Formats: sequence, structure tokens, C-alpha cells
Amino acid sequence: MTAQAQQVPLVEMRDISVAFGGVRAVDGVTVDLFPGEVVGLLGHNGAGKTTLIKVLSGAYQADEGEIFINGEKVNISNPRDARAYNIETIYQTLALADNLDAASNLFLGREIVTSVGLVDDGAMEAEARKIMARLNPNFEKFSAPVSALSGGQRQSVAIARAVYFNARILIMDEPTAALGPHETQMVSELIQQLKSEGIGIFLISHDIHEVMDLCDRASVMKNGKLVGTVDVAEVTDDDLLGMIILGKHPQDKAKS
Amino acid sequence: MTDTSSAPIAVQPRKSIVQTLELDTRLLGMIGAFVVLCIGFDLLTGGRFLTPRNVFNLTIQTVSVAIMATGMVFVIVTRNIDLSVGSLLATCSATMAMMQTWILPDLLGLGLNHPVTAPIAIFSGLVIGGLIGAFQGYLIGYLAIPAFIVTLGGLLVWRNVAWYMTSGQTIGPLDKNFMVFGGTNGTLGAFWSWVFGAIAVLAALYSIWNARRNKLAHGFPVKPLWAEAVMGAIVSGAILGFVASLNAYQIPVRRLKRLFEARGETMPEGYSEAYGLPVSVLVLILVAIGMTIIAKRTRFGRYIFATGGNPDAAELSGINTRMLTVKVFALMGALAALSAVVASARLGNHSNDIGTLDELRVIAAAVIGGTALSGGFGTIRGAILGALIMQSLQSGMAMVGVDAPLQNIVVGAVLVLAVWIDILYRKKTGERL
Repeated sequence: MTAQAQQVPLVEMRDISVAFGGVRAVDGVTVDLFPGEVVGLLGHNGAGKTTLIKVLSGAYQADEGEIFINGEKVNISNPRDARAYNIETIYQTLALADNLDAASNLFLGREIVTSVGLVDDGAMEAEARKIMARLNPNFEKFSAPVSALSGGQRQSVAIARAVYFNARILIMDEPTAALGPHETQMVSELIQQLKSEGIGIFLISHDIHEVMDLCDRASVMKNGKLVGTVDVAEVTDDDLLGMIILGKHPQDKAKS
Repeated sequence: MTDTSSAPIAVQPRKSIVQTLELDTRLLGMIGAFVVLCIGFDLLTGGRFLTPRNVFNLTIQTVSVAIMATGMVFVIVTRNIDLSVGSLLATCSATMAMMQTWILPDLLGLGLNHPVTAPIAIFSGLVIGGLIGAFQGYLIGYLAIPAFIVTLGGLLVWRNVAWYMTSGQTIGPLDKNFMVFGGTNGTLGAFWSWVFGAIAVLAALYSIWNARRNKLAHGFPVKPLWAEAVMGAIVSGAILGFVASLNAYQIPVRRLKRLFEARGETMPEGYSEAYGLPVSVLVLILVAIGMTIIAKRTRFGRYIFATGGNPDAAELSGINTRMLTVKVFALMGALAALSAVVASARLGNHSNDIGTLDELRVIAAAVIGGTALSGGFGTIRGAILGALIMQSLQSGMAMVGVDAPLQNIVVGAVLVLAVWIDILYRKKTGERL
């Protein structure tokens, strides 16, 4: 990633702060992301990772700080704005409407409509079948509500939704938390594939090994503050653990 | 729980006839219960329940509650409740009655039976209903006051706004053209009823054919042709049977004589005329079609169900759930106004207690019709059938001669029983709709 110095970052979140009733969930955090790069966001529960990316996905508003996309300052005040900048998010909760079928969830908020403005369920199901054939060929339950699907199938619906609309910036919040080994492998392959297509990915994870395997850089948060951002190739598991648990930057250790 | 169905299926399993026809088993169960109810009352009353006259009355009595029940489906699907619809109906009814009898004739100089009086009155009622509904929706959606509280307040406020407006007086008689919506005062007659039946059959057959063509265009599996034909035959039969039974009800001879005398003619000997389809029922049918299209084929409807299923997911998908709440309650208000047209036209005047307790009948109809109070599930046709079942129970018991307190005890028990059966059904089918 030596070329990064000259390149304009795909996303830069600068000095972001979010407070919930006096508690600063995110406190002056700066992170960035380049095209074709995977940046891991690490930290304990409550470190502020999810809050930080929800600012980018439009679910929360930052109290302070700025967001730049391709070097231009942008204002993201709701999920629609985020989608307009091709920012797609796979939430930890999956954010699926359990009573609707896979195609309705995939196109929720962006339905395909007929010439008279009615939703075109046939066209949406056909598109859903196409993308699911790529992501999860075993998926068959297109007419059942997603509440009838297994955890892995639900996850693949959420992933399909993020991938279908030509995301340039993808946020994945613990995408493998609910998955078995086989499905986790599929997600890893997908991340590699999307990365090669030049998509920038923020990957939130608890799993240090997953971050070491998949990410180019890792930003570690603790108690709402950024501990630091490191090149994954230059640190060890223990360095990352130290950052997560003790909030200690590896460079500090080197200096002392 | 779902593992059995995901196992690879090598042999095409033998499908039951219900599966092949792709029938809605919940709807089928409700229709079954309704048929049992009707036959039971018919036997108990010695054949007086299933007469053309009673079928005609039953449909007319159901319309007002059924129209509001379709709106209540959307309200309940979005995890809200509207306790104010009966009071809202009264306010709208008072507005329209005063429009016809006082504002338009006295202030604007238009007569009571002037051709524009009824349209202006109805329009003003719909606007008032929609605005009050939107206001309640704003309090619920934007100020985050629970719907139960807002509409409980509305129940008291709008009932007494109507009282205040009219000083508690009964206002009438109403405009002649307005009264057309009141049932016996406005019917299509035999010929136009058959025309309507024919159009309805053609529309139903077209929609079945169109749905099949759409599925084939995308290469989805379709029902065998004979199954489509059977469905088409059942639907057509039901429509034509309904029209036939309404057309079988003859206008009483004394009433016909009066009608002829009013026109300055004398009635020919042996003349007879059927009521046919009441205009109010036609209104209900149009509302039902419109609301079903909204529910199934528009973004608005899709967002209503998505919000009911998972409000957070809807919000994260970019749906403005607050505005959605305003729109749902505005629609409910407008439908309450439409019900006010039907109810006051049926009475022939606005009375101070019009629509009292309607909110409970409407909620009960929606819930008996399979609308889940936890949100996300409900159908328009179910709610209308629910309203019909409620009305049949009530008038059936009255015909049998059950005491008034016992009638309400039975209706209350049936409501609880219906919801329990619905819960069992959902458990068994895994929330399939």
C-alpha cells in the first residue's frame, strides 16, 4: 500500500464524535479507506465501532467531524444519502424485515417498479434469483418470508442486498458472527473478490485472526477513542491484542 | 423446524389439492367458519337467515365497519392502534351533515338537493377525516407519543367535537343524492348489477391470466392449467352467486307504488323490481380493491409491511417511517370519513351517537381477519371477512332471539377464540402467510 500517499482516500472520516446523553460513544476518531482495500475495525464490545460506521451509513448523525468521499466533503444525514454515495452496509442484526420474502428484502427501499409505478415482484424475484445463484447457489426459498430461513441463508440475503447495488464502499459489521465454517469461508472469498473489483471495505470484527487474514490495515478503538491504525503486515497478533485490551499502540512499545 | 423441507427432494412429492390450487389456507378456514355460521343460523331461524332479504341487509350493515377495517389493517400492521375511528366518524358525519343542511344552503345559497351539494359535502368530510388522521399520525410518528394514548385522547376529543358542533342535535334530513350511499336508498337495480357482475368476472379472470403470464415470462413455476381454470370458476361462481342473491330481493310493492307516485305515475299491475347491488357495497368493493392494490403492489404498502416486520430495518433501508405513520393514519381518517358517508346516509340523518363503539368493532374485525397485533401481518380481504363474520354473528343472534347482553358476551368470546386459533395456526405453519 505504498501508493496510498499520493492517492485520494475513497472515504475519510475526520475527527468524528458522537455522544449519547453525555456519554461520548465515539470521541474524535479519524479513519480512512482506499479503493480495493479492506480496513478492519477492532475493539471490545462498546468500543464504539458500530456507532462509528453507523455515522457513515447514515443511521446516526455525528455531533462533530467531517466525512470526505473521494476528497469531497459530504453530508450524510440518513440512510438514503449513504446509498446515494454507493455506501452499502451489512448490519450485525442483518436488518431484514422477517415477514417479507428474500426479494422484497433485497430491494427494500429500492423496488423495481412497472411503467405505472406498481412494484414488479416478478422482476425482483428474477433478479434475486440471479444474484443468489452467484452468492449462495443452494438458496431456494424465494417465496418464504425470511423468518423461515436459516442463519446462513439470512446472512446471504443481507450480503446480496449490499452487493447487488454496485457498492463502492462496503461496511460489514461482524458478517461471520452467526455463520458456520463453510459459510465463513464463502464470506472470506467474497471479500477477496470484491476487493479485487476495487471496492473499499470496512470490516468490523471481534476475531483477530479474521482481521489478520482479510484486512490490509486495522484501526483499533477503545472506549470511543482511536488507539491507532496499523498495517496488518507489520504487526503481530499480540500487538493487536495489546491495542485492543490495553489501548497501547505498538510504536509506543517500540519507543519505550 | 424447517429442516425437513430443505432436504433434497428427488421425487416430486404428491401435492394435496389445496397446495396445487395454491389456496390461502387461513382464508379458507375463515370462509369455512363463516359458512358454518350462516348454515347454523339458517337452521336455527328456520330458513330466515339465508334469504335474499337478509343477505341484502347483512351486506349493507357490514359496509361501514368493513371500510374502516381495511384501514385498520394498515394501522395494526405498522404496530399501531386507532381507538378514535368511531369518534372520527362522528365528527366527519357532523361536518358533512352541517355542510348539507346549513353551510351550503344558507350561506352559499345552494339548495339541499342541488347537484353539487352531495359531492362538496363528501369532499369536505374526506378532507376533515384525512387531516385529523394526519394530525394524529404526526403526534405518533414525529412526537413519538404512543398511538394508544393519542387515539384514546382522540376517542374523547372527536366524539365531543361532533357533539359541540351540532349541540348534540340530530341533523337531517340529508341531501337526496347523498342518501344514495345509504343502502336501500341507492341500489343499482337488476340490470346494472348483472353488468357489474360481468365486469367483475372478466376482471378476475384477466388478473388470474395476467399473473400466470407474468410468472411464465420470468420462468417461474406455475399451477397446472386445470387448477387455474378451477380457481377461475370458483371466483366467477362466487361473484355471480352474490349478484344473483342480491337481485333476488324484490323491492316491496308498497315502496314501489310510492316511488311511482312520487314521479306522478301509476304503477302498472304486476310490476316488480329488484334492489340489486347497493351503492354502498359497490363503494366497499372499490375500497377493498384499492386497498389490496396498495398493500400488495405499491411501495407505500411494501413499506407498511416492512415497517411492521422490523421498524429498524425499514429505517435503515431509507424508509421514512415517521412520514409513513402520518400517511397511514391520514388514510385511516379518510376511510372513517367514507364510513361516515355510508353510516349517516343509511340513517338518513346525523345523530349524536353515530359510530359509538365502532372502534372496537373495527379492531375486532381486523383481528378476527388475521391481522396480528404484533405487526407485520394482515390482509384486506381477511378484515372484510372478519367484519362480515362479526355482523352475521350479531344479526344472527338477534334473529334467533338471543338476549342483548348474551349477544355481546358471545361476540367477545368469539374475538378471543379467533385470535387464539390464529396463534395456533401461525405456530403450526411457521408464520406463513
